[in-house]
Amino acid sequence: MSNQKEIFNAESYSKMELLRFTTAGSVDDGKSTLIGRLLYDSKSIFEDQMEAVKSSSERRGDENINLALVTDGLKSEREQGITIDVAYRYFSTPKRKFIIADTPGHIQYTRNMVTGASTANLAIILVDARHGVVEQTKRHSLIASLLGIPHVVVCINKMDLVDWKEDAFSRIKNDYKQFASKLNVKDINFIPISALLGDNVVNESENMDWYKGSTLMYHLENVHIANDHNHIDSRFPVQTVIRPHSDEYHDYRGYAGRVAGGTFKKGDEVTVLPSGFTSKIKEVEFAGEVAEEVYSPMSITMTLEDNVDVSRGDMIVRTGNKPEVSQDIDAMVCWMDEKNPVRINGKYTLIHTTRNCRCIVKEIAYKMDVNNLHKLEDDKNISLNDIGRIKIRTTQPLFFDAYSQNRITGSFILVDEATNVTVGACMIRA
Amino acid sequence: MAYTINHLNELEAEAIYIMREVAAQFEKPAILFSGGKDSILLTHLAKKAFFPAKIPFPLVHIDTGHNFNETIEFRDYLAKKLDVKLIVGSVQDAIDDGLAVEEKGANASRNVAQIPALLKAIEDFQFDALMGGARRDEEKARAKERFFSHRDEFGQWDPKNQRPELWNIFNGKKQWGEHFRIFPISNWTELDVWQYIAKENIELPKTYYSHNRPCIERNGTILAVSEHVQAREGEEVKDMQIRFRTMGDATITGAYLSDADTIEKIIQEVAAARETERGNRADDKRSETAMEDRKKEGYF
Repeated sequence: MSNQKEIFNAESYSKMELLRFTTAGSVDDGKSTLIGRLLYDSKSIFEDQMEAVKSSSERRGDENINLALVTDGLKSEREQGITIDVAYRYFSTPKRKFIIADTPGHIQYTRNMVTGASTANLAIILVDARHGVVEQTKRHSLIASLLGIPHVVVCINKMDLVDWKEDAFSRIKNDYKQFASKLNVKDINFIPISALLGDNVVNESENMDWYKGSTLMYHLENVHIANDHNHIDSRFPVQTVIRPHSDEYHDYRGYAGRVAGGTFKKGDEVTVLPSGFTSKIKEVEFAGEVAEEVYSPMSITMTLEDNVDVSRGDMIVRTGNKPEVSQDIDAMVCWMDEKNPVRINGKYTLIHTTRNCRCIVKEIAYKMDVNNLHKLEDDKNISLNDIGRIKIRTTQPLFFDAYSQNRITGSFILVDEATNVTVGACMIRA
Repeated sequence: MAYTINHLNELEAEAIYIMREVAAQFEKPAILFSGGKDSILLTHLAKKAFFPAKIPFPLVHIDTGHNFNETIEFRDYLAKKLDVKLIVGSVQDAIDDGLAVEEKGANASRNVAQIPALLKAIEDFQFDALMGGARRDEEKARAKERFFSHRDEFGQWDPKNQRPELWNIFNGKKQWGEHFRIFPISNWTELDVWQYIAKENIELPKTYYSHNRPCIERNGTILAVSEHVQAREGEEVKDMQIRFRTMGDATITGAYLSDADTIEKIIQEVAAARETERGNRADDKRSETAMEDRKKEGYF
């Protein structure tokens, strides 16, 4: 296990990477125990938190310390003993800092799972060794695939309850692989664990000699995430224009934003969308320091050689590599509105990168059965927590890439024009 | 070239992205400045986000009147140094005007009384977005907080009806009279904050570093003696070597015995700490959901 001291010398933490992962699960599948175990064994639960959990457990009459109480924060969650919302948890080891998006696993919380998955590099899918691949396993995997999570770890849990037997593990692994062949996940790993007893979570199991792979923690610390961002197609959505109006920076016009893809450096020939003006990059910089080359997910400021018109919502791209430009968008949607389903011909506000416009839903192609990937072409009713495919037309062209190519330029949300609530999470198809 | 960035740079990039969204999406945004390290960190990030232009947000401080002198001095110094406008909302005024009630009893604090003072400042100045330095690792109700947290016209938070927040898309749309609380450093931990303060060499009030001062021990918490905290019967004033991990009201912010007088020592100490930094805040100990209850009413 990690030596806590190491984290804290500057040399070591200057090289720490950030890994965001998501877990989904429902009552009894051991998700909370697993998170509790990760936090506990990496010494990330503090004494006062542990005290609070202990005294709540006692008050509730729980037999053991209920590690689920570490993760359930809201009053109603603690009352009902379930996780309703996405809860974010943090821990670190000398190698990496981790952000867990902990979400409920039941179908009625699909939108929470989608939210947690939207920013994750990795998904942990929990399978109960006694029950094997079930509907919930498939649903979580589908969401991970749809949301473009690059790495999936299937943790086959409760191995202690199947006598640590290799054939139980192998059977589930094969079942899962067969199902996953329909998914779009590049990197899948399988780890037999017991979250309750700690086997293969942080420490290697002494009960499963037959397993030669890494522990979950080792995998989380070492999985290769450098390529999770798109470093090929250069995209820079402009957030705001920095104009100091001071004597020293009288003519300064800096375009502020976060690189959404590819790389940018001084001298690159760029095109501004939608105007189509071209120029060259004068400087890429951040907080007054010139950078040699910038890439996703850096927040930077860019200046151009020519005084062209650029404002919020515009996108600066490499002249030789432009995104799609269209007003007709074909997308998968996860619906999040509690009141109304997707309305054909319904009008919504659309937010894509730093750009806002209105749009109209022209067509609902199908609803997807999230338990088995079946396309229900006769079912056009996409309601809360449903996932489906829609076609929309926007009032202004969007500059986008397929979601499978770029999770930033390939995603957008729909907002209800009356209530301002976010109602749809959309992923653009190729 | 390996196209990766380290965790501190990624957290910084995220926070700066959010601040720029705030500047672009809102008409009258402000930074809620408590005088603590997290809000000082926000001003540093804001400076970097808009350089070479000035920080486009005023600082709003809700002064309980129970602050440490060092906090107030540092606040005034920082506002001047950054050349930003400082707006002070007074809890004392809110009490005098009958908007808030002074708590009675042995462990009374002005924590809850900040809420009406804050809401009054929001109304008076028509702020539509207030950025705060709250972090999700601080407290369990904050673990469920959004980056863009919607507040109704009464300033209330409805934890069960929060807007979903996907990817890096932030929906700041609102009706007239509503506003947003925005938390750019949601994903930072206490350790990240200290590592970043070290990396960027950010100046902090001296109270964060180990120093000697007269203290008393009350209900297991060390409190610094000041005009707001006096020894009661049976309590003994002792000179102690302490530092603060958070800076709230002098009446409720517990000190820690510490000899960490440099940032490196503080990082070591935070790393080895076995208690959360709010573990010593009397305001959170009132009940299991004390923070959630205050947040629903309009607290930070």
